[in-house]
This record gives sequence, structure tokens and C-alpha cells, in this order.
Amino acid sequence: MSKKFKVVKTSVEKVDGYSLVAGRGVFVDDIDLPGMLQIKMLTSPHAHAVIKSINIKKAEALEGVHTIMTHENVPRIPHTTAGQGFPEPSPYDTYTFRRKVRFVGDRVAAVVAETEEIAEEAMKLIEVEYDVLPAVFDPKDAIKEGAPIIHDEEDCYIPIPVAYEPERNLCAHVDVEAGDFDKAYAESDVQVDREYYSHYAQHCPMEPHICIGYPDENDRLVLRVSTQVPFHSRRITAQCTGIPIRKIRVIKPRIGGGFGTKQEVLLEDVVAFAVMRTGRPVRWALTRKEEFISSRTRHPQYVNIKIGANKDGKINAMEMKVLSNTGAYGSHALTVMSNCGSKVLPLYRCKNIRFWGDTAYTNMPVAGAYRGYGATQAAFAMECVISEVAQKIGMDTVEFRKMNHIKSGEGSPIFEKLGEGKEGVPQTIGSCGLAECIEWGEKEIEWGKKNPPSEPHKRRGKGVAILMQGSSVPEIDMGSAFIKMNEDGSFNLLMGATDLGTGSDTVLSQIAAEVLGTTEKFIIPYSSDTDFTPFDVGAYASSTTYLTGSAVLKTAEKVKEQIFGVAQNMGPFKDCSVDEMYLEDAQVKCKTCDKTISFSDICNFAMYAKDQFQIAACESHITHKSPPPFTAHFVEVEVDTMTGKVDLLKYVAPVDCGTPINPILADGQTQGAVVNGISFALTEEYFFNEKGVMLNPDFNNYKILSTVDMPELKTTLIDTYEETGPFGAKSVSEISINGALPAIANAIYDAVGVRINNGPFTPEKVYMAMKELKK
Amino acid sequence: MELKLNINDKLHVLDIEPGDLLVDVLRKSGYKSVKIGCREGTCGTCTILLNGNAVNSCLVFAADCEGASIHSVESLGTMAEPHPLQEAFVKHGATQCGYCNPGSLLSAKALLNEKPDPTEEEVKEALDGNLCRCTGYVKRIEAILAASKKMRS
Ligand code: FES
Ligand code: FES
Repeated sequence: MSKKFKVVKTSVEKVDGYSLVAGRGVFVDDIDLPGMLQIKMLTSPHAHAVIKSINIKKAEALEGVHTIMTHENVPRIPHTTAGQGFPEPSPYDTYTFRRKVRFVGDRVAAVVAETEEIAEEAMKLIEVEYDVLPAVFDPKDAIKEGAPIIHDEEDCYIPIPVAYEPERNLCAHVDVEAGDFDKAYAESDVQVDREYYSHYAQHCPMEPHICIGYPDENDRLVLRVSTQVPFHSRRITAQCTGIPIRKIRVIKPRIGGGFGTKQEVLLEDVVAFAVMRTGRPVRWALTRKEEFISSRTRHPQYVNIKIGANKDGKINAMEMKVLSNTGAYGSHALTVMSNCGSKVLPLYRCKNIRFWGDTAYTNMPVAGAYRGYGATQAAFAMECVISEVAQKIGMDTVEFRKMNHIKSGEGSPIFEKLGEGKEGVPQTIGSCGLAECIEWGEKEIEWGKKNPPSEPHKRRGKGVAILMQGSSVPEIDMGSAFIKMNEDGSFNLLMGATDLGTGSDTVLSQIAAEVLGTTEKFIIPYSSDTDFTPFDVGAYASSTTYLTGSAVLKTAEKVKEQIFGVAQNMGPFKDCSVDEMYLEDAQVKCKTCDKTISFSDICNFAMYAKDQFQIAACESHITHKSPPPFTAHFVEVEVDTMTGKVDLLKYVAPVDCGTPINPILADGQTQGAVVNGISFALTEEYFFNEKGVMLNPDFNNYKILSTVDMPELKTTLIDTYEETGPFGAKSVSEISINGALPAIANAIYDAVGVRINNGPFTPEKVYMAMKELKK
Repeated sequence: MELKLNINDKLHVLDIEPGDLLVDVLRKSGYKSVKIGCREGTCGTCTILLNGNAVNSCLVFAADCEGASIHSVESLGTMAEPHPLQEAFVKHGATQCGYCNPGSLLSAKALLNEKPDPTEEEVKEALDGNLCRCTGYVKRIEAILAASKKMRS
């Protein structure tokens, strides 16, 4: 379905685009504050140890050192770093500093000094004696009886009523069932039961985490943070430090990418304490190495899928069992794990479904939110097993998907049963362009056509994966906006929504401009400053366009009503009814008479002439649904049978995101996500030694894709209209990261007949699997 | 020690320490477009033009640059009058967070100075060191090819 718009659905230039390419974008680090101090964090060399003693005297005596913070001199307040709504569905198992360290890279002591060099010198002078404890690195071992207990403190808890058993390293558990899985599976003609493993990976935003704090002239604490969640950042900082919320202002300037890792409150507590202690501006910037080791990662997961199907291709039974590794702390431990089920299982029509999820603590780097949020890991397993089932039945893997995938008007019992820390919300699918995505992808990749390899020892293969995600967390997430009008007919658009490079300032300006009959050039967006913008949960769960977009739309509608009211109050429109008025070209127009009034005249009248008031409104929005975007990824690979090297020849990703408010930006989200997904599938990997030390914390040894690695990538936007979204929009940012692992794995199977069940698909791994097959 | 640098065609006399890195000296002198993503020469966000060559300024000692000519992205164009590369980056959607843009624009500039009509492969080679986690590179490559075309006509 297509509707006509003026500003929406056009690729207007990104509102901050010229500023960014001119080098004018002001990021957290791009201000100079006189007298600014620097923080460096001493971290644990042990995966699991108790700090027996810590002596900071020598370090404190070093010239240029202002203060040193440890568990001995900073209040111990249980909290979570997960920047989620309150109360968070993540356990309060973290303290600003702790006596017990739980992974290599855990905080031990923060040095605040004149320069980073002095702070580093001082770190060497801190004497720490550790009682080293046995550590556990694999989640399967962690939940076995007799495993070392990682969170044995008494005061950790989860603030919502869900399973939490730290006494056996079980950080989260969920199980739900619809129908009767066991019976249906047993009665199926074809059964497949497989385990897949998704590995450690980091978000790698080009800007590592950074926070600068300072006391303002009224002695309030100002924090400039590279954050996706300014309001959660303010709340959690207040919780950790005891500073009241009213005395904290969090500013999100331009942000150099986040992808989930900046949905964490990682630096703010320490910076806040440092500002309180010194009264000076303080900066803490993570190095790339620290970003890899001590910030956040994707949750590595074992995902076991069982599918039972009939010979005619009907799926009878599906079971997903997830064992997720949250590392040393339980950030997003429950919700990432449950999202595996809730964003993957509903994709296929099936009455008998079981989901079982556990999240374990281990002495490994801490996982958190990462674009895809569990769906990436689960889709890998699911989409490989779906292909295997189809092959067992003897059906084409695309035909099998076409036959079984969810369609408009259908629901899934999983929607209702699995939510974020509670039951879900029942929903039926509104817009669904999945069939069109598949059709487009099949054509582009020439599905069914086997191409000859470029050399005799190479083999070609094609693979597919279909995917869905969501758009915001229904009944939980809230976004809001405030719009006010200026004398030149422009509007300030203030919102808590957090543009971290995603383009939401632009997209939300377009939505406001569309309602207000003007162009985005007359909208002045300002986002994410807790002193000036209304609340928003922040940039996560693929929510901004769908959720905050609706809030902006509602707010603009309110402003529009006020503009009509002023017009009626002004001479020429006295006799016109509101029903006949409309806004166009920054003017109020009337359908029956041909009079017009400019916005400028409207605002000047409202401000200076009669019954004066500020034309302005603030509206909030929560969603009752989380309409999924859909996509079908197709890929062609060539595998070298002599080396195991996988070459990606072509990658195809059409996506249904409802109305793309800004097509170029939506397409950019898709391409960025796809390439991140490919990078994860082919090269990205953490290496650890037997002591839990990550060995490759830099871009030379942790390889992310660069321009020379790019395959031919074809993306397109499939037109649908989501009735519940602003101008028909759904989300777009996350979904396309989920396709590369399964689509490439399926293509490798098609090429050389081996099923690789864990990433990345390195030459060694593929080669060994081929060798194994020959035996 | 004293250092003379020609930054964006203006002579600067700077007071530096012998061990100062060029990236820090430039940022301290107000050229904040020079970004830091790794300090290890692996991400390209600190790319500048040093005597016309694209280099990672985090790997260069400022003291070694006496008398050198340096260009940061501020020299390319302004918001009101952008360079064709900058304009193409915006028009083709090659800017998302923008953190990688100053560096990648300068690598592209160095390329086009050498080769006004590069092939797609040459663009990929020249930009290999400028990582971008947001865009997936497709639009960046398109933008550079489009700008080169525009600059030639
Ligand atoms: S900061 Fe210089 S290459 Fe990364
Ligand atoms: S635009 Fe964000 S890293 Fe390139």
C-alpha cells in the first residue's frame, strides 16, 4: 500500500550531515574544560579473586594525583549497568567498586590525576594482594554442581519477580510452552535436533565509551556521555552516588556509534564520584583495548533447536533451548535470552512450541545489549535447522519457508507468552512484506541456479535466511516530544530520543514537518539533554522511529490544532471551520475560501497580538504492539576446498520496514547491519588464554570488515504500510544483523556439504569440517 | 620545544613536548575534527594529510613534522560551501555517526589528488584503513565515485 507524503518517505539530507562532514560535529571529547582531570582504571589481572588488601598510599603521594577510589572508600550500592527502564529486568549485582573481582578487566581502583600519564604511573604504585579463586569460563560448567560461585554476596538481587539463583550461577531462567511439544515432536515424520554456538563479539563503535563530568555554576553535576540512554544514565548515576536526580544533568552530544554497548551506564558513577571529590572537571575515556575487555560484548550462547515436521512440509513442533553466557555481571541477561525466543520463534506457524532459556554467570567479559539482542544468536540456529528440515523432507529450502512463515493477520502464542521480564503482549501481524522480500531476493541471487566455480578446486553455494525483529517493547517503553513555534515559522523539536548516528534527529524532524505542513529545514531538533528534553527510554529495542516517531506525530498534531485556533482568532479565518483548514507550505490554508496565513504571521499574532500564548505542545507515546520488520537474506559463496576459505560473492538483503521515513537512511541502517553481521560471521572472534585473558584486544587481531573485504551487496526497501506506526513506519536498525551467520552457513553447506554450527567461519574451521566429512 | 606547522595553510608556532603525538597537538590546537578511535594506527579516524599524504596522526610524533604542511577536514570545505566529496557523503548517505568521516574524507581526497578517476577497486584500497562500523561502506564508495565524477566534469 502506498500513500502520498511530502517530506516523509523522501531522502532529505541528514540534518546534521554537513556539520559532520565538515568536522564540526561536537562529540563528548570535543570540548576543552580548564583544569580537567583524567581517570585511569586499574583492572583485575585475575578472572576470579578476592582483594585481600589494597594499598594506595604510594600512589596517592605521587605528584599530580588527586584522588584514588577503591571498594574501601566508595559506597557499595547494588545496581545494574544495564540502561533499561525502571525497575530493570537485570539483577542488581554490580557495585561501583567491589572487594571481589570476577573477570580479567574488572574494576579495582580508579586514579584521578592531572594527566593520563600520571594516572598510569600511579596505577603501578597501587599494591593489591589477591586471593585467587578457581574460575569458570563456560556456561555449561558454570551451572554444574560444585562450580565456583561467582556472586556469593548477600545483597545482590533482581528488582522484579523473576527467577534468579546466583547461588548456582543462574542469572536468569525462563520457560514457556504452547500446545504439547513432546507429543507433536514424537509424532512428526521428520525430526531435527541440533545445537549451535554463537561466539563473543564486540560492537566496535568507532568512538570508544567516554564521559566528561563537571560541576556547573550552581554546583549541579553535568555529565557529557556517549550514551544511548541519557535518562537511564541520570537515574542510575543518582542511584550509585546518592546525588539526587535534580542535581544531575546528562547531555548526549554527537555520538560515534553505539550498537547497544552504549545502552550501559559504564563510566558515569566513577566520573560523578571523581567530580564530587575534586570539584574539578573530570574525563574518563576508554582505550580501544579497554573497550574490548572491560565494556560490553554480545552474549555468547548455545542454542539448541528441535523441529518436527510432516512430510507435506508442515511444521508440527518447535523447541528452542538457550544457554546464554552473561559473563561476570548480569546486564541484559534475562531479556537478551528471552528475546531469542520472542523474536525468532513467531516467524514460523506452529501450534506446539517450547522455549527454555537459562543465563549463566561466568568469569568472562561482561555481555550486554548488542544490535540483534539475542535474535542474532537464535536466528543462526533456527535458520540452519529450518534448512536442514526442508532438506530432510526433500523440499526446496525457500519453498519450505514460504509455506510456513507467518503472514499478515496471523499471530503466534509466543507473542503472548514471552515478554521482557514478564509475559508478552498478544498481537497479530499487521503489515508483512516477507513474501515480497523472498521474491525479490530469489530473483537477485538467481535462486536455484548453480554457478560454475572460478577454479576447479572451488565450490559455489547459495544460502538463505528469513528474519523478523520487533519495533520497541510494547506496554513498557515510552517516548515523548515537545514542540514550540518561533516567529519565523520554524519549530523547535525537543526529544529525549537519542541519535547516535542512526539519523533519528532527521527522521523525527521529517515526521514533525509532514504534520506541520513545512519542511525539515524549519524544524530545529534537539535531542537527549535531561534538563531540556522530555523523557524517552532511549535508543534501543528498535524503537525510536516507531515509538518516539508516534510521540512526535501526536505532538505535532496538537501544535497544528493550536495553529488552527490562532488562525480562527485572526481576522481572515473567522468564518472558516477547523475541518476546512489545513497546513501546507508553512501556511494555514482553507479548502473552501482561498485565503492563506503564513506561519510567521500566526506565531507573531500568538505571541504579540491577542490572547497571547506560546504555541507549544508535549505528548507521550507508548506502544501496544511491537510490529516486526521482515527480511530475507540470500547469499552466494565460493569455498576453496584446499584451504577452507569462504569468499562471499554476493549478499542480498531486501527489508520490509513499513514506510521508510527516510529511504537513504533506512537503507544505510540495513547495509551497516548486514556488514556488521558478515564481519561477525567470517572474522570477528575473541581469543582467550586458559586464565580468561582476552588476547586480541585491537583491530589488528580482532578483524572487522573494511572496504576491501566488501562483497557485492544489494539492498532494497520493500514497501508496506504499518497501520500502528507513524505514517506507516516500523523499525529497521537491528533486523539485518541477524542474517549473515545462518545465510552463509547454509551457503557453505550448499557448496561443500558441511554444516558449521559455530562462528566465525574461518578457513581452518571450514577445512577441518570438510576433512571430517570425508572420513 | 617550539614547532612550526602549517595547518590548513596557516602557519602555527606551537609549544610542544618532544613525545607529543601529532593527533594530540592538532586536537589541542583546536582541530577537533581529528578523531581518536584507537591510538594504535588501526582505525583511521585520526587520518590527516601530511604533505599531501593521508597518514594516521596517532602514529606520528609532532616533533618530526617541523615545517610540514598539514590538512585536516576543516580545510576541505565548509558547511555552507562543502567540497564535492563532503557533499557526496551527505547526499549518498555515507555519514551516519560521522566519527569516521573526517578521516575517510581525507583518504579520499588524497586518492583523488593522485587519481582523479579511480576505479571502485582503487577506492576500496585507498579507504581500507578507514574503518566504519555504521554504514557498511557501500554508500561511502558510491559517494567517492560520484564526487570524482563531479569534480572531473
Ligand atoms: S586513532 Fe589513529 S588510527 Fe585509530
Ligand atoms: S559513520 Fe559511524 S563509523 Fe562511519
